[in-house]
Amino acid sequence: MDQFLQHLLNALMLGGTYALLGIGLTLIFGIMRVVNFTHGELYAFGAYMMYALVMRTGVNFFVALVLAIALGALLGAALEFVLLRRLRGADIDTTMLVMIGAWIALQNTEQLVWTGVAKSIDNPFPAAPLVIGAVSVGWNRVFVFVVALLLIGITYFLIQKTKLGKAMRATFQDRDTAALMGVQIGSIHTATFALGSALAAAAGALLGPVFVAYPSMGDMAAAKAFAIVILGGLGSIPGATLGGFILALAEELGAGYISSGYRDAMSFLLIIAILVFKPTGLFAQKERIG
Amino acid sequence: MKAAFTIAGLVVLATLPWWLDNPYILHVLIVTGIFIIAAISLNLLLGYAGQLSLGHVAFFGIGAYASSLVSLGFDISLLTLKPKPVWMAMLAGIAAAGLCGWLIGRIAFKVRGAYFVIVSISFVEVVRLVAVNWVELTQGPMALNNIPPLSLLGISFLKKPSNYWLVLTVAVISYVLVKRLVQSKAGRAMVALAENEPLARSVGVDVTRTLVLATVVSAAMAGAAGALYAHYIRIVDPDVFLFIYTVTMVIMVVTGGKGTLAGPIIGGLIFGLLPEGLRAFSIKPEIQWIIYGVLMLAVVYFLPAGIVPALKRRLRWLS
Repeated sequence: MDQFLQHLLNALMLGGTYALLGIGLTLIFGIMRVVNFTHGELYAFGAYMMYALVMRTGVNFFVALVLAIALGALLGAALEFVLLRRLRGADIDTTMLVMIGAWIALQNTEQLVWTGVAKSIDNPFPAAPLVIGAVSVGWNRVFVFVVALLLIGITYFLIQKTKLGKAMRATFQDRDTAALMGVQIGSIHTATFALGSALAAAAGALLGPVFVAYPSMGDMAAAKAFAIVILGGLGSIPGATLGGFILALAEELGAGYISSGYRDAMSFLLIIAILVFKPTGLFAQKERIG
Repeated sequence: MKAAFTIAGLVVLATLPWWLDNPYILHVLIVTGIFIIAAISLNLLLGYAGQLSLGHVAFFGIGAYASSLVSLGFDISLLTLKPKPVWMAMLAGIAAAGLCGWLIGRIAFKVRGAYFVIVSISFVEVVRLVAVNWVELTQGPMALNNIPPLSLLGISFLKKPSNYWLVLTVAVISYVLVKRLVQSKAGRAMVALAENEPLARSVGVDVTRTLVLATVVSAAMAGAAGALYAHYIRIVDPDVFLFIYTVTMVIMVVTGGKGTLAGPIIGGLIFGLLPEGLRAFSIKPEIQWIIYGVLMLAVVYFLPAGIVPALKRRLRWLS
């Protein structure tokens, strides 16, 4: 029982960051109809920015976190502006190929700049874990969880309460009508991609110091993000939030009770199972297969 | 005119080992040929049936693993297999890949578009993780070693020239097979489906059956390429399932021109030989991949239909 509780706690801590990854990807797909293969690279970018700022330049950990997220947003905006702006209205396969090309170029640039050696990043938290009854959790994990929840909250606020969020939701529902109502679709796309990228970079900047940073770290992150998004239904933000926690739980239980070698297989098995039995995802309402 | 070019090209290719006495270049050509076969098979699915499958390397890898395992024999808790002759193993590899194609086709074509793409990626990742973790059968990351080369009718395919001819023969067979299939009724149904699915359905095209057929043929062909690869390189490890190989095949097809018969060959030659050309200038592999990525972007922007259709248009314009 204690072991099960420990798995639950681990899943909860990890699920917050997974949700961040999923929300970013689902936003970009829902609003822009782009399957963003660079998502994992933004995640890796976040982790490497933490490494560069904390380990190389000695910036304070918390300041570095804010900076890494901001730089992720900037890189996302630049990618959208350079690559996707001219492809608006192109079919989904075309943009997918462009994003795959960008992903290969980005990942190998990372490898070129940072070499293949994994980088560890110091964190300022006490090494002794927080013990609650029979279960325990590292302070760095608690910090990651709290910040992830905070960022999810900010994203919800941005989308539900601000004018920009309203324009995003309008674009999501009907791009043409939104454009007719005076929404600048181009700026909305840039903002969406920047926001999605910032969330991915945040996930990387949070988890980088917990694990290590290495060039292909983005691949697994992207795969997990896809699994989460499919779980929740493409384009559904509450679905992605819940999907992040469900995937984390599936992984923890899979690694704990089946075999740790298959931890990463859980996300893919989940994708296949969902698409076979309920292709619209768990929380989708309207047309999703397209 | 066109026939004359084809025959001349084939004669040059078939006699190549006699006048090109360079084992390294021959090796590059053999590997390129194997990838061209895989690209031809992908083109059937991606170009003609219009399904962006990003799990294609799974069939290649399954063909390679199945063929290697049958030729080496294996002994797992429920099943023991004595080593079998290599030609039999290769057929088993093709059959295994085809069977997986059927299975995946039945499952994956319930969904389309972005969903299909993600299912196909997930499939290959699951297969890769099984190859890594099922050590009893696959040796995991330790790889399957000492895979025997093909020997048929007293000829041993150990040396490079014989392997070259073998790959060339299989490539020509694959090309002809795809050509015949595409021009058949089933092939026209595939193209109709890719162009407009509801319309194709309305004129009586059995969508699932057509797509599953395309997947089975395509998977079996990729399996053949994988089997050729395994018995030529003679070592197989889970890295054959790396996503980057699928990407390489997709780049070959898209650059050459998807939905054209010559496309995968032209694209395959460019992207099969390009890495060697770049290596000659001692360019790092990272930079090579960056160039790949940027080229892929450039093709989508500037030659969205691919090289072959662009060349055809140019030729027509000249005459």
